[in-house]
Amino acid sequence: MSVLAFDAVTYTYPQAGEPALRDLTFAVEPGEFCVVAGLTAGGKSTLLRAACGLAPHFHGGTFAGRITVGGLDTRDHGPGDIAAVAGTLFQDPETQILMGTVRAELAFPLENRGYGAAAVARGVEEAALALGIERLLERTTRELSGGELQRVALAAALAGRPELVLLDEPTSQLDPVAGDELISLLRRLNEQWGTAVVMIEHRLERCLAAADRVLVLAGGALACDAAPGPFLDWAAQAAPALQTPGARLFACAGMRPAPAGVKDARATLRAHGLLPDPRPPGTPADPRAASDPDPGAGVAAADPRPPADPGPPGPGRADRSGDGAPKKPPRWRRGEASPPAALRLRGVWHELADGPAILRGVDLDLAPGETVALMGRNGAGKSTLLRHAHGLSRPTRGRVDRAGRVALLLQNPGDYFLADRVGDELAGPALAAAGLDGLADRHPRDLSGGERQRLALAIVAGDGEPPAVVCLDEPTRGMDRAAKGELADRLGAYAAAGAAVLVATHDAEFAAAFAARVVLLADGRVIADGPVAEILSGGWYFATETARILGGDGGALLPEQGGALLRRRLTDCAPRWGAELA
Amino acid sequence: MTAGLTLAYRRRASPLHAARAGAGAVYCSGLVLCALILVHPLELAAVLVAVLGAARLAGVAADVRRAALPMLVLVLAIAALNAVISRNGLTVVARLGELPPFGQIDITLEALTYGAVLGLQLLLAVFVAMLATAAVNPDELLRMFRRLSLRSALTAALATRLVPLLEADGRRLADAQRCRPDPLRHRRVAIVRAVATGALDRALDVAATLEVRGYALARRPPRLHRALSRHDLAFTAAGLGLVALAVAARIGGLAAFSADPTLDIALGPGEAALAGALILLALAPFANRRGIDP
Repeated sequence: MSVLAFDAVTYTYPQAGEPALRDLTFAVEPGEFCVVAGLTAGGKSTLLRAACGLAPHFHGGTFAGRITVGGLDTRDHGPGDIAAVAGTLFQDPETQILMGTVRAELAFPLENRGYGAAAVARGVEEAALALGIERLLERTTRELSGGELQRVALAAALAGRPELVLLDEPTSQLDPVAGDELISLLRRLNEQWGTAVVMIEHRLERCLAAADRVLVLAGGALACDAAPGPFLDWAAQAAPALQTPGARLFACAGMRPAPAGVKDARATLRAHGLLPDPRPPGTPADPRAASDPDPGAGVAAADPRPPADPGPPGPGRADRSGDGAPKKPPRWRRGEASPPAALRLRGVWHELADGPAILRGVDLDLAPGETVALMGRNGAGKSTLLRHAHGLSRPTRGRVDRAGRVALLLQNPGDYFLADRVGDELAGPALAAAGLDGLADRHPRDLSGGERQRLALAIVAGDGEPPAVVCLDEPTRGMDRAAKGELADRLGAYAAAGAAVLVATHDAEFAAAFAARVVLLADGRVIADGPVAEILSGGWYFATETARILGGDGGALLPEQGGALLRRRLTDCAPRWGAELA
Repeated sequence: MTAGLTLAYRRRASPLHAARAGAGAVYCSGLVLCALILVHPLELAAVLVAVLGAARLAGVAADVRRAALPMLVLVLAIAALNAVISRNGLTVVARLGELPPFGQIDITLEALTYGAVLGLQLLLAVFVAMLATAAVNPDELLRMFRRLSLRSALTAALATRLVPLLEADGRRLADAQRCRPDPLRHRRVAIVRAVATGALDRALDVAATLEVRGYALARRPPRLHRALSRHDLAFTAAGLGLVALAVAARIGGLAAFSADPTLDIALGPGEAALAGALILLALAPFANRRGIDP
């Protein structure tokens, strides 16, 4: 029997003109790992809310068809009954934590199901062990970081070992490390316990390798229901915005089939002689690199962007001459005249009165027109650094110099809107410049996610003197690829106008698309600072999928760059494979 | 998520934190009842010493002070208002003349003293509430409520979760407004309005989570068979003892206090002994720190 079955389901929210789900029919079998994909507002979250019984029991509206979850018909059983067979995790962990301590949070769903005291205690321990949060059990939930909260919420959803887990973008607030850990964890639960997983995810490259099946929703209807490989073939034709970077890399190189993940892609490339075999211990780093006289040449030729302006040497840049010579200290430390900077942080500390230091002596220079991605794990200090850049927070030690006004867009664009009309938030010409003319009479909260962000960005940028620095905090959460591309273009326009652009992001693909330089923070310190091709091509986590597939070869970060590199390799080094080129 | 302005429970190494929530609640209730039953300034001062001492020994003195000090304004306002509107007392200390609509205003020592006593009682209630918030596990308390009244506990669960969420929303909105190059006029009012508007959305989000965690099944949580610890016994006994002592003092005519027509404050060995007993009884459970200190 299917653990989740939709049978001709059509659902319309109260007072909505159009159905959010249209004639949906599919079934999920026990032990399946399904990813739900689609463009923004395609009906993915509604599907999940219908599966857990919230639609229509909680939200109201008009419901037609039939959904069964673990044998329970959602027309007869509400979310409470369904919770016994299906754990649910929504996007925002803050609204999913109900109790004061982690132990109570995990015990809560079990107690609601009427478990005895011993069963509750055992369930709590097992859920905590499964999620690796046993050390957090006695902690209060207010002390937890976003990543820890997400894990606790997931543990609460999994407590009692449901047959099915429903997840709405569980990795959207997590750094790449925590995101990968969460996906691995779900796959482990799926494989070991046979728990079926239905997960909504925008960043398909994170989860496709773990998935058995992909469901694509478009306009509330099922557009594709296939295994990852066939899904990628379908996406290449019907929905290029849903292609993973790995699939686009292969498409750019004229190779098929599209890989479901990094492992698949590397195996295929290795089989074609395009990647070296895994090297035994003690062998040189990359034998092929030595025979490739200029691995970056092909990349440069394929890169549509102008070469990145190296800018003035920042504190980190001086450390990477790359010639093996002793590292020079930055010029400002040697007493030389400093170049003009749009933003300069010197020895900035942010220390809490009753807690650890969030920033520990950060030095950072941003030149006018420079585009910089600020990356690092959750809690590394990225948001705090942006607050110092703007002046929302004052350093406990050190100083911040600004060449002019700093525009800061915080994580939630909706926080900027207090008026009831878009036109009252921003004047007409500025609205037009933001591409929002014609929306002046709308309520800001009725705008789409992308429109809200454009409005908020236009508000903080102002319509007077242009800002010297534009800072954004995690602007790509929940965005599809088209919206990210549009944002990258907009940031490029600010940089072209002379503003330094600093964006805190977990999204390596977006960083590679817009930034010329990456600053990596860890534990409040700058641990790496350099050109984007250098920083994002040499790691496991803070790297684009293209870089992970190619192992950092040639500094290729984007699929187009990697595709050009592969085409060159195919032509130069493996003529026998040339016939396979499109 | 960082702790905000509101006081939050955090487990600490103290006997009060080690006691079960029920015992902590009895203890704190005992302190509040003492403050309400006894109106004698010396005894109220003794209860204040006991509450502050308990907060210090529980390791939450700074939190309690920070959260409760803003209430001092309200306390002073009550004392001043009582002095202005009360007609009781014969010892005039200031004549303010005619003040519509109150008429002739004479400030009397009795009215001032009684206002101060009322304010002190309110302050004590606030201090004890803060002590309970910081040192009594709210999840255990909620669990107790759920066993008694499930629906009321749902409201309490929503409310307790919403307070920090709305507080965080308010902080975020204020930060966002500070980022605007053209801050809106009447910004504070607009932020409060936005938080209030968003409260419904937040409540719906939290309620949806309660639903998918099975709250609607309306099953009572299981009874936990946990033996009473020495801390449970000590704090329960102290709470009950405080109430018994206060009631006995009132019935026995000890710690008499009257503010009309003139001040009559009994001050003798009995009152001093009662004050000492209140402090000792309230702080005694903290003496047993075996297994508590790191």
